[in-house]
Formats: sequence, C-alpha cells, structure tokens
Amino acid sequence: MNKGLQRIYMLPYALWIVLFVVAPIALVLYYSFFDITGHFTLSNYKSFFSSTYLTLTISSFWYALLITFFALLVSYPTAYLLTKTKHKQLWLLLIIIPSWINLLLKTYAFIGLMGLYGPLNAFLEAIGIGKQQILFTDFSFVFVSVYIFIPFMILPIFNALDKLNPALIDSSRDLGASSWTTFRRVIWPLTLNGVKSGVQVVFIPALSLFMITRLIAGNKVITLGTAIEQQFLVTQNWGMGSTIAVFLILFMFIVMVITGGSDKGASVNEKNK
Amino acid sequence: MKRINNLQKLYLIAVFIILYAPIFYLIFYSFNSGGGMSHFESFTWEHYAAVFEDKRLIIIVLNTVIIALLSALLSTAIGVLGAMAIHFMRNKGMRNAVLSLNTILIVSPDVIIGASFLILFTMIGVKLGFASVLISHIAFSIPIVVIMVLPKLQEMSSSLIDAALDLGASRRDVVTRVILPFIQPGIFAGFFLALTYSLDDFAVTFFVTGNGFSTLSVEIYSMARAGITLTINALSGLIFVITVILVLGYYAISNRTKMPLTGVKK
Repeated sequence: MNKGLQRIYMLPYALWIVLFVVAPIALVLYYSFFDITGHFTLSNYKSFFSSTYLTLTISSFWYALLITFFALLVSYPTAYLLTKTKHKQLWLLLIIIPSWINLLLKTYAFIGLMGLYGPLNAFLEAIGIGKQQILFTDFSFVFVSVYIFIPFMILPIFNALDKLNPALIDSSRDLGASSWTTFRRVIWPLTLNGVKSGVQVVFIPALSLFMITRLIAGNKVITLGTAIEQQFLVTQNWGMGSTIAVFLILFMFIVMVITGGSDKGASVNEKNK
Repeated sequence: MKRINNLQKLYLIAVFIILYAPIFYLIFYSFNSGGGMSHFESFTWEHYAAVFEDKRLIIIVLNTVIIALLSALLSTAIGVLGAMAIHFMRNKGMRNAVLSLNTILIVSPDVIIGASFLILFTMIGVKLGFASVLISHIAFSIPIVVIMVLPKLQEMSSSLIDAALDLGASRRDVVTRVILPFIQPGIFAGFFLALTYSLDDFAVTFFVTGNGFSTLSVEIYSMARAGITLTINALSGLIFVITVILVLGYYAISNRTKMPLTGVKK
C-alpha cells in the first residue's frame, strides 16, 4: 500500500524495537565489560571461564536437558492420545487451563505437597518406604519444572499431530508396516516440527529458571537464571550478571537455530494436507 | 480412526490428575481451620475473610489488575500498528529482519528481559515502581499481539483494500472500516494473551519493581519464601475461579467472532 500511511504505523512499533529489543541487548553486552567498581575490564569473561561458572553452566544444561526430556516423554503420548479423543478441543482446553494459573501458586502448592508432613510423604509412609526428604532435592526441582512445562510442550505437539493426515498412517499400515515402524518412519518425522517448537519453549526457560530453584530446590540447584538474579539483585555485580546473560542469550540463539531451522519440513507438511 | 483403549485412557486420566492435583490441593486446604497444609481440622471461611481484610493485599491485587489491563490495552494498540507495518512492508529482507527482532522478546528468558530492562530503566532514569513495571509489561506483550494479528492480516485478500479505495474510501476509512473489522478476532486474541502474560509474569516484574510497589506474583513469592500461610491458599482459590471464568469468556468470544469471519461486519 501507500508509503505515507506505512510510516505512521511504523513509528510506535519501531520505537519499541529500538528501545526494548535492540537497546537492552546492547546494554547487557556493554555492561558485561565493566567490573563492580565501574572500570572497563575483561575479567568478567575470564571468570566466566573459570571452573565455578563452567560447572554451573554444565549443570544448568544438564538440568534443562533432563527437564526437557521428561516433559517430552510425558507430553508426546498425551498429545497423541488427546487427538484420538472425541471432544479433543475441549480436552486440550482442560490441559491448558492449569498453565493459566499463576506459576507461583503452583510452585507454592508443591511446597505443601512435598513437605515432610505432606500427602506425598504420608503416601510413602503408608506403602512402607517411610518419610523421605523430597523438598529441596534435585528430584523435586526436576519434577516441579516438568510439571510446569508439560502444557507448553503438549500444545505444539498436539497441533502437529492434529494436522497429520490420517490417510498417511492408514496407508503405512496397509503397506505392512508395524505400529512401531509407522510411528518411527511416518508419525515422528512428520510431527518433528511440533516437537522442536516444544523443545524450544521448554529448554530455554528451563536454563533460566530461578524462582523454582529458590522455592523448591532450596538453593541446592543453581541455574544460569539463578546466577543472573544473584548477581543483579543480591551482590549487585551487574557486570558479572550481564556476562552470564550474554552467554545465556548466545545459548538461546544456538537452541533457536537448532530447533527452528527446518521450515522446509513444515511447508512439505502443508502441501501434504 | 482407532479408538483409544482402557490403558491409554488411564494414562490420560493420570496426566489430568497430576496436572490438577496441586491446584485442588491448594484450594482444599484454603478451607482448613488448622494452620498448615497437612492436617485438615475443620471447615472455615476465615482465610478468605483474611484476604478481604488485608488492605495491603487488596491494593496489590488492584495494582496487578490495573497493570494487566493497561499494559494489554496499550500493547494491543502498538502491536496492531506494528503488525500492519510488517504486513505492508515491501522489502522482504527488511520484513524478515523485523520479524526476527519481534520474536526475540518472545523467546528470551524472563531473567534476561528483567535484567536488561533494569539496566535500561536505571540508565534513562525511570524510577522503579508502577511506571517501570507497566512499561516492561507493555514491552514484552507487544510481540505476542503482533504474532496473533499478523496471520489475520495475511488471510485478508488485498483486493478488499483495493475495492475500498476504488469506491472512494479514504485511507483512514480503509483502516477503520475494512482492515480493523477484519482482523478483530486476532486483536481480541492478542489482547487476552497480553492480559494473561501480564497477570502471570513474575521474573520480569521481580527485577524492575522497586521497594514500594508489588504485584501479586512478587507478593506470593515473598510470602512463600517465608513459609506456608493459608491466606495464599484462599487467594489461589479466588484466582482459580476467576481464571476459569476468564478462559470460558475468552472461548465464548473467540467462538462468537469465528462466525462472521467471511465478511466485513456492519
């Protein structure tokens, strides 16, 4: 359409891009070169590559991987079965509703559920295992995180499975493929994009969780997110915090490239429909 | 299509139970007259009464709602303009660049958004509090609105605009009488998503809120860190009811607006 009109539209949105997308990233990068006293330095980067931060990064990745893996393990069958139910949109809505309840409340619920006198321990005692310290362990951290992320993982996978042409599955079966082969060679490749976007919406936030680590893991687990929060709000060392943030942004881009790089597959899917 | 068997049904039911158990657990103990979340003594409304008597808490709830409504409104306005700007962009490379910039804030971890906004606000001298929280919420909601509105714009055939122009409509008329009515469902969806993002946000707010100002999420966090108080349970009961009403309202609206998709209303 005409250009004059376009310019007026552009203004607030362009301003937003400059102020809240470009400037914050630039500022984080800028701050990462300053130490706590405000002197220009590369020491933040040096200390990031020290053993403390490297272990932290690796353990953070490990937890994020675990969380993503278990979320996928639970979500894929759930999404698959959901597409087979009668009122699938209604069931999907019921899956989504818990994700609309404030995150903090759900986390808080687990403090009670997993507490020493909570129902989970009462159950363990009843079946003869006896009371266990569940809260403030890595198990509780992974469990609660998986719980939080399941709906976000189910949604893209459900959409991918829902778009899948059932005739493809029928023809695969007619041609003599077993259910496992059908799944491995037909269903899984065609829904891989849904899985990828699910992994993307789980893995990146899982790297940067800090509220759940504080409330559920009791500082036993430290993620990149916890470290950033610590540096910014507790020790007030914005330079170090920014350095960790720079690396987190870097990891984010890498994950995005890995999980987002196959738009071709998606367009093939569209054509198949 | 094959129906699901009993074992598979059991699996689905188990997932549903796990998803809902913590929420109902919270609500169940909100009626407990005992102090904690382990022994149910007897039924009481006292924790609900405590919520309504706590003036500070009510102010925080009001703050949260005001921030959510204002940020959703403003981000919807800016987001719709942005979506139109992207849609009518001729240069494809430029368009893709803007689209990628748009997605950055959607995929960025909250911690990064919070930390970088904190730097930004201290640099340009915005006082931490209501203003900084509102601005951040608007900022992280805009890209979601754009994402919701853009597909609707792409659905719209450009001949509609040409026809309106040929029939003598001014550019303003084209926007207000042709484009906006057509993309209305997308605008609603964007508004609702922005609303829920704002209501649900914890991490960003946690970074940019000063000492004097607090939203519900931040308040629950500090209460939960101090230990179990059944006031939080009562609050979550109320929030659950409101959320369900909102979800149902959203679906009612989105179902109603689905019907007149084929033509321009009015």
